[in-house]
Amino acid sequence: MSDVLSMPARKPLLEVRNLVTEFPLRTGVFRAVNDLSFSIEAGKTLCVVGESGSGKSVTARSILQIVDAPGQIASGSIMLNTADGVSIDLAKLHPRSKAIRAVRGRDIAMIFQEPMSSLSPVHTVGDQITEAIRLHMKMSKDEARAEAINLLRQVEIPNPELAIDRYAFQYSGGMRQRAMIAMALACRPKLLIADEPTTALDVTTQAEILDLIARLQKQSGMAVLFITHDMGVVAQIADDVLVMHHGVAKEYGTVEQIFHSPQDPYTKMLIGSVLKLEQKAEIRLARPPLDQTAPPILEVRNLSQQFGTVKALDNVSISLLPGETLGIVGESGSGKTTMGRAIMRLYDPTAGEMLYRKVDGSVVDLAKIEGEELKKARRELRMVFQDPFGSLNPRMTVAQVIGEPLLVNGIARGKELDDRVSHLMEQVGLDPRGRERYPHAFSGGQRQRIGIARAITLNPRIIVADEATSALDVSVRFQVLDLLMKLQDQLGLAYIFISHDIGVIRYMCDRVGVMYRGKIVEVGEAEKVCNAPDHPYTQALLSAIPRPDPRDRDRSRRFRYIEPAAVKNGSAGR
Amino acid sequence: MLKFIGKRLLWMIPSLFAVSFLAFVLIQLPPGDYVTTYIATLAASNEVVDQNTAAQLRERFGLDDPMLVQYGKWMWGILSRGDFGISFEWQQPVSGLIWERMALTLVLAIASLLATWAIALPIGVYSAVKKYSIGDYAFTAFSFFGLSVPSFLLALVLMYVAAVEFGADVGGLFSQEYETAPWSIAKMVDLMTHIWLPVTILAVSSTASLIRVMRANMLDELPKPYVTTARAKGLSEFRLLTKYPMRIALNPFISTIAWLLPNLISGSVVVAIVLNLPTAAPLLLQALMAQDMYLAGAFVLLICALTLIGSLISDILLAMVDPRIRLE
Repeated sequence: MSDVLSMPARKPLLEVRNLVTEFPLRTGVFRAVNDLSFSIEAGKTLCVVGESGSGKSVTARSILQIVDAPGQIASGSIMLNTADGVSIDLAKLHPRSKAIRAVRGRDIAMIFQEPMSSLSPVHTVGDQITEAIRLHMKMSKDEARAEAINLLRQVEIPNPELAIDRYAFQYSGGMRQRAMIAMALACRPKLLIADEPTTALDVTTQAEILDLIARLQKQSGMAVLFITHDMGVVAQIADDVLVMHHGVAKEYGTVEQIFHSPQDPYTKMLIGSVLKLEQKAEIRLARPPLDQTAPPILEVRNLSQQFGTVKALDNVSISLLPGETLGIVGESGSGKTTMGRAIMRLYDPTAGEMLYRKVDGSVVDLAKIEGEELKKARRELRMVFQDPFGSLNPRMTVAQVIGEPLLVNGIARGKELDDRVSHLMEQVGLDPRGRERYPHAFSGGQRQRIGIARAITLNPRIIVADEATSALDVSVRFQVLDLLMKLQDQLGLAYIFISHDIGVIRYMCDRVGVMYRGKIVEVGEAEKVCNAPDHPYTQALLSAIPRPDPRDRDRSRRFRYIEPAAVKNGSAGR
Repeated sequence: MLKFIGKRLLWMIPSLFAVSFLAFVLIQLPPGDYVTTYIATLAASNEVVDQNTAAQLRERFGLDDPMLVQYGKWMWGILSRGDFGISFEWQQPVSGLIWERMALTLVLAIASLLATWAIALPIGVYSAVKKYSIGDYAFTAFSFFGLSVPSFLLALVLMYVAAVEFGADVGGLFSQEYETAPWSIAKMVDLMTHIWLPVTILAVSSTASLIRVMRANMLDELPKPYVTTARAKGLSEFRLLTKYPMRIALNPFISTIAWLLPNLISGSVVVAIVLNLPTAAPLLLQALMAQDMYLAGAFVLLICALTLIGSLISDILLAMVDPRIRLE
């Protein structure tokens, strides 16, 4: 089936022409990729960037013919031109043919987003790497094993001789992605396709993985097709950029062109949304300064939370003023989510107190109260969750989801309930006519609005938002952030905004607490912490964030924070 | 790991005592005892047993003692001499009766288990990989047929077909001439010619449910990213399926060993009776009906011990094949 042509001059390594990938549906055909053309030169990096549903992952999978069933390539060509002068049209090969299998892993290798689930949980890492080696190269088991250890060493995994016999779940997130890269590089491919390889990782780990890919690329002259939604990453690594939206290419050019003279309005919007996060929100700049002398609405003092032997929160103290947005930032495992949940009293804290000042000025300790008193307090403290899909019951209509707190607390029913739900939906920018529909009929951003409407139903005074915008696309993220700030001003809410994204924190928070291994290492004005932090950990965190400007690619600036051996300083509050 | 096994083994001792006591009490709960049943059976054939003989029998069997004493004597016999008591009905030591039947039960159970797995696992994988294909629908129809037809009905139909159409000797596991004969190659061959019928019947119903379970397990695993990773490596579809998703989809089957072992004894009673198989299940039923308490008690004790051992084995096996359980 393969077209074998002789090659006159130097051709790009991979040339995609008019690619169309379709998914047959019951109601017709869905074109995930529509008439897409691009090419990749040997040794270069092409970034495909776009929001969820843009077809960027399907494009990558089309190249290797591993699109999930029932999707298939409908038309177009994918020419792979190898150095020995052979050209193969991958689009013409059958997805199960021997010819395409010979290309997979040998000429073109791929790494994926979820480093945990992309490796088999019941086979050792070494087993999976040697398998890739022995598939395409004639090697004995011992040789392959030696080669695998070598590869693990190349991707900087400590003690590769021992690590090779471990399982993926014994690796950390960053190490798993390194192992994936080692596996992909096993047969020295000419093209590496990386499908959002750093999205699930912390920024510091992301920076290390990006460096690793760049170094290996330089060593072997391999081309990289990098798929991402993060414009910062694009600016740091790309030679060329392809912007995708709804399956079509919006703009295709060099990284310099895309960032400094974008033509397409969609590209401009994407870049604009990243630049927007470089400064504080306009609504916040326009607001009169907060009354710093007001007594805090919530004061957390020396809070500790232990799970078994793990100290998730270690002597944390922080306070929240009325009407203030307090950001909590940190990497995964830093205890920021535990802190949010502890404040909601979803756990019983091991030690410390959480003093909450009620409307009448009296103070209760959220860590101690029980029963009716706790129930009352919980009405005034609400939560917005990260996952807009998992946090809404799929079997309840939107009206039921939003109205449930009113019904459960016996505040409103019947016609009155209906009116209040409609009003709440208008407040969060949703059409109340959709209230009888189920959550699946709404997009991610709309669902997050439903979650916010549910949170403000009982007129709370404090809202804990746990990564409330991390699952949303950039274009939607701002709408939700701006909505949160608008509601804050209208309803006089105080927010505890938990996020791993410094940009979002800078955009909307008044003050920030930085968490590291269960401790708050720095608290201060958002402006200061996000731009000129005092603590070395915060400095390291900031240094790892990819700058959204291709002219600013200084990797030497980046460093990793190493905790001093003797830790004395716990947390700072005010 | 060793500590875990040791702990589990220690825990088995009190559980076995508790269950054996409970079993003993339950067997004695119905009014009357073996002698009453015995007299009733004799009366049915117009033989009259006078009170004296009955009392003598009771004394000989120790049925006059309080229940706790009877239980104590029984347990002591087991612990000190491995003596499970005498079956009233068969007038033989219980242990001999049970072991004789257990060997054949084991052969039959393992044969039908292997047959079930050999049929069901590939079909389940096929159904999952070719979801909503004609083949999938055909196997689904077959599975629901297998699930809904009671196995004794299937046994009757197959017996009829085999006997009438093919003139095969059905019922039992041996031809008459081999029934009491010592083991020989000819007897083995005879067993083989008989065993296919019960094995088929027992396999059909369990195959059906197993296909559904395997299909569901595979459908859970197939869309997982590690499958795509393996595909992107260039593995062939067959090697990929058997090495990755199937390996993980099989894990739940290991847990079924826990109830497979006790099923050896008490399972497939109806089929065994219909086909007149010399396995343990009909003997247990008979012992319970005749209030043959030592025989029934020994069976219940055995079932319980097998349940405990089965779950221990399946836990150990699961830890061996799944590193997530072993290492975390």
